[in-house]
Amino acid sequence: MKTTFKALLAALAASTIMVAAADARSVKWARSGDSLTLDPHAQNEGPTHTLAHQIYEPLIIRDHTGKQLPALATSWAVTSDPNVWEFKLRSGVKFHDGADFDADDVVFSIERAMQPTSDMKGLLTSVESVTKVDAMTVRIKTKGPNPLLPNNLGDLFIMDKGWSEKNNVQKVQDFKNKEENFAVRNANGTGPFVLVSREPDVRTVMKRNDNYWGKGQVPLEITEVIYTPIKADATRVAALLSGNVDFVQDLPVQDIERLRQDRALRVNSGPENRTIFFGFNVGDADLKTDNVEGKNPFADVRVRQAMNMAVNRTAIQRVVMRGESVPTGVIMPPFVNGWTKELDAAPATDVAGAKKLLADAGYPNGFTTTLHCPNDRYVNDEAICQAAVGMWGAIGIKVNMVSQSKSLHFPLIQKNPPETDFFLLGWGVPTFDSDYIFSFLYHTREGSRGSWNATKYKNPEMDKLIQTLSAETDIAKRNATIATIWAKLKADVVYIPVHHQALSYGMKSDLDIPVDVSNQPKLKFVTFKRS
Amino acid sequence: MFAYSIRSLAQGALVLVAVAFISFSMFRFVGDPVANMLGQEATLQDRQELSERLGLNDPWPVQFARFIGNAVQGEFGVSYRQGRKVSDLIKERLPATVELAVLSALVATVVGVLLGVYAAINRTGFLSNAIMSISLIGVSLPTFLIGIGLIYIFAVELRWLPSFGRGETVKIGWWSTGLLTESGRKSLIMPVLTLAFFQLTLIMRLVRSEMLEVMRAEFIRFARARGIAERTIELKHALRNTLVPVVTIAGLQLGSVIAFAIVTETVFQWPGLGALFVNAVQFADVPVMAAYLMFVAAVFVIVNLIVDLLYFLLDPRLRSGQRVAKGH
Repeated sequence: MKTTFKALLAALAASTIMVAAADARSVKWARSGDSLTLDPHAQNEGPTHTLAHQIYEPLIIRDHTGKQLPALATSWAVTSDPNVWEFKLRSGVKFHDGADFDADDVVFSIERAMQPTSDMKGLLTSVESVTKVDAMTVRIKTKGPNPLLPNNLGDLFIMDKGWSEKNNVQKVQDFKNKEENFAVRNANGTGPFVLVSREPDVRTVMKRNDNYWGKGQVPLEITEVIYTPIKADATRVAALLSGNVDFVQDLPVQDIERLRQDRALRVNSGPENRTIFFGFNVGDADLKTDNVEGKNPFADVRVRQAMNMAVNRTAIQRVVMRGESVPTGVIMPPFVNGWTKELDAAPATDVAGAKKLLADAGYPNGFTTTLHCPNDRYVNDEAICQAAVGMWGAIGIKVNMVSQSKSLHFPLIQKNPPETDFFLLGWGVPTFDSDYIFSFLYHTREGSRGSWNATKYKNPEMDKLIQTLSAETDIAKRNATIATIWAKLKADVVYIPVHHQALSYGMKSDLDIPVDVSNQPKLKFVTFKRS
Repeated sequence: MFAYSIRSLAQGALVLVAVAFISFSMFRFVGDPVANMLGQEATLQDRQELSERLGLNDPWPVQFARFIGNAVQGEFGVSYRQGRKVSDLIKERLPATVELAVLSALVATVVGVLLGVYAAINRTGFLSNAIMSISLIGVSLPTFLIGIGLIYIFAVELRWLPSFGRGETVKIGWWSTGLLTESGRKSLIMPVLTLAFFQLTLIMRLVRSEMLEVMRAEFIRFARARGIAERTIELKHALRNTLVPVVTIAGLQLGSVIAFAIVTETVFQWPGLGALFVNAVQFADVPVMAAYLMFVAAVFVIVNLIVDLLYFLLDPRLRSGQRVAKGH
């Protein structure tokens, strides 16, 4: 009798242990680079935001399709004054250290993000002031009507005011300081995971926040996250194949097919919020980087059309990208407000037609020019350039390619005046609205606009239209203006669109993490496959 | 010998300044860190301001002077990539690299000398020929290929060893070591073999040829004539005389193993100084690059000094030679 009882007890104990083991689901997560800092306002950069999204939360979050969901704000609306937005905050939320979340934290965090050393201030230029109405209500006053303000808040994380004051991190990290800011390696958010330990470039461990407000609303099945950057492609893939990691974010395109064959693994693919394209100097009267004297061939729209027609996008998709891209005719990812199928359609590859256009423009024998290309920023960026150079060669345009690191490539575009006449660039749209593309890439370079427009494209009429977008509160009217601008810009071929970059995530088959369009997977949404 | 050390150290300081000078004049070609430090919404004015604040707009001689001024005080600034003190970063990464490098050097030297001696003594044996053939692979295969090959065999196929990283580490003061945990020791095996392979084959071939050379020397023949046992001749007379060049090479190799563990560290995602440097170069993180290059130069200076001092111990002629020189 006694022994049976003991055996029963043992069996019971064993079964509880097994249940506990099945419940504890740890995920080892690898990608190519680490977050640069945990200070949520110091770097406006993908991998940095990705890690921050697990620990900190914004007012409004986006799910993997780009749809806005309430996070720390439960509702938001423009008040009777079109310059003022009101946000109702979520009550009962606690920071990881136990402090309550309220309006003071929101006011503090937004003001912190507007400081000169903040890298997030560029998204808040329209903000004039942030005020607390009551403990759970905040108003943001903008310098003029800003119908899209909530779109700019998706990566704007809320810190605890009390914690920040206690640890002396009211100021955003400053590279000129001689000391490290406490917030660089420590964090206190409201998010679904709590930071356990952080060794930059080596390992970051987070455990599930058992007091999370969203418990029951989101799956939150992962109990522990171990995040390890693995820089070398082959090593990262080997880590997944050998079972040393469970989830890999940056899969090299050449390995995807092979990983799909492995039954123990799952590969999820989808388009990213990023379009790859070429741009040229269309504004100068003469170029230094070509062999045409006294003229700028790129200033002639027929030359640009010819070069656009010469690019065989399906060949690039098939050969260079191994299928991991979506060819396009517009420099706007499909999730962005303003995108249409018609705009997205790329011209058919037509070498004869392109040659004819070139001859019409006065270049029957083509010309020689120089293309600048990054080699460590986008998926197979250098190979895309190489392929395109060959395609332009087929219509008689001899392109010399200069391919270099992003630290050398981007300054060429950013400098004023730009130091490149022909370049490759990729563009993601964090606000999911066309205005973001117009303002940075098409508007004349002046003031806060046009900082990435290295084309010297100047169209005062378009500039005026673009400026109306930021204040237009009538959505239908605004969308009509967006359509007008796109039609004109597409006809002008200021850029040659290539494709939307696709993303692939590799994981163990019991995990199913969908591709996040911003490439910022939020692990609280992840569920395990029950077998 | 003391005066000699002082002189060497003074020369070392000069070397350091020269390295700093050359590396600083080359940082311009790495790119503009500001492009990486600010997000895409940053305006032209933001970039200008940051450049100005970091002193990147100053002519490089000014930047160089400022760097030397700070470096003398042990101040290397804050990493542009991580926002952390460079001296902290180096201190944090140093143990991983030193552990890897010292173990590799040890494996390379011990196994290299043993195999070299064996191959020299049994010049025509089957095993010697096999060793010599395999060593050719070691000299000619690139390190990353060896690393990836090992990962595929032992991590992906056999699943005996972890494919990347350092495993669990234990902190002893500020030093972190992987030698005290099982996962740490397992993680060391492949990186150490990868890093040691080239040095090992080099040392082995060197020992073999030096030893063959020495075995033909007259004093060996006299030793044989005196009836000394063959083993004693080989291990005491011959080996000792082959060691001087071997120590030089092995010593200098230790320097380069520490300095250029970059490839091995990248392949195995080993959190050492080499990996830190690679990331710094891609980001144009000037403070980290400058400090790392200074560190590597210092390692070479110190290793060279130690090698020089070892000569005195190994070669009695150097000691007497110096006395003779003083007599003139």
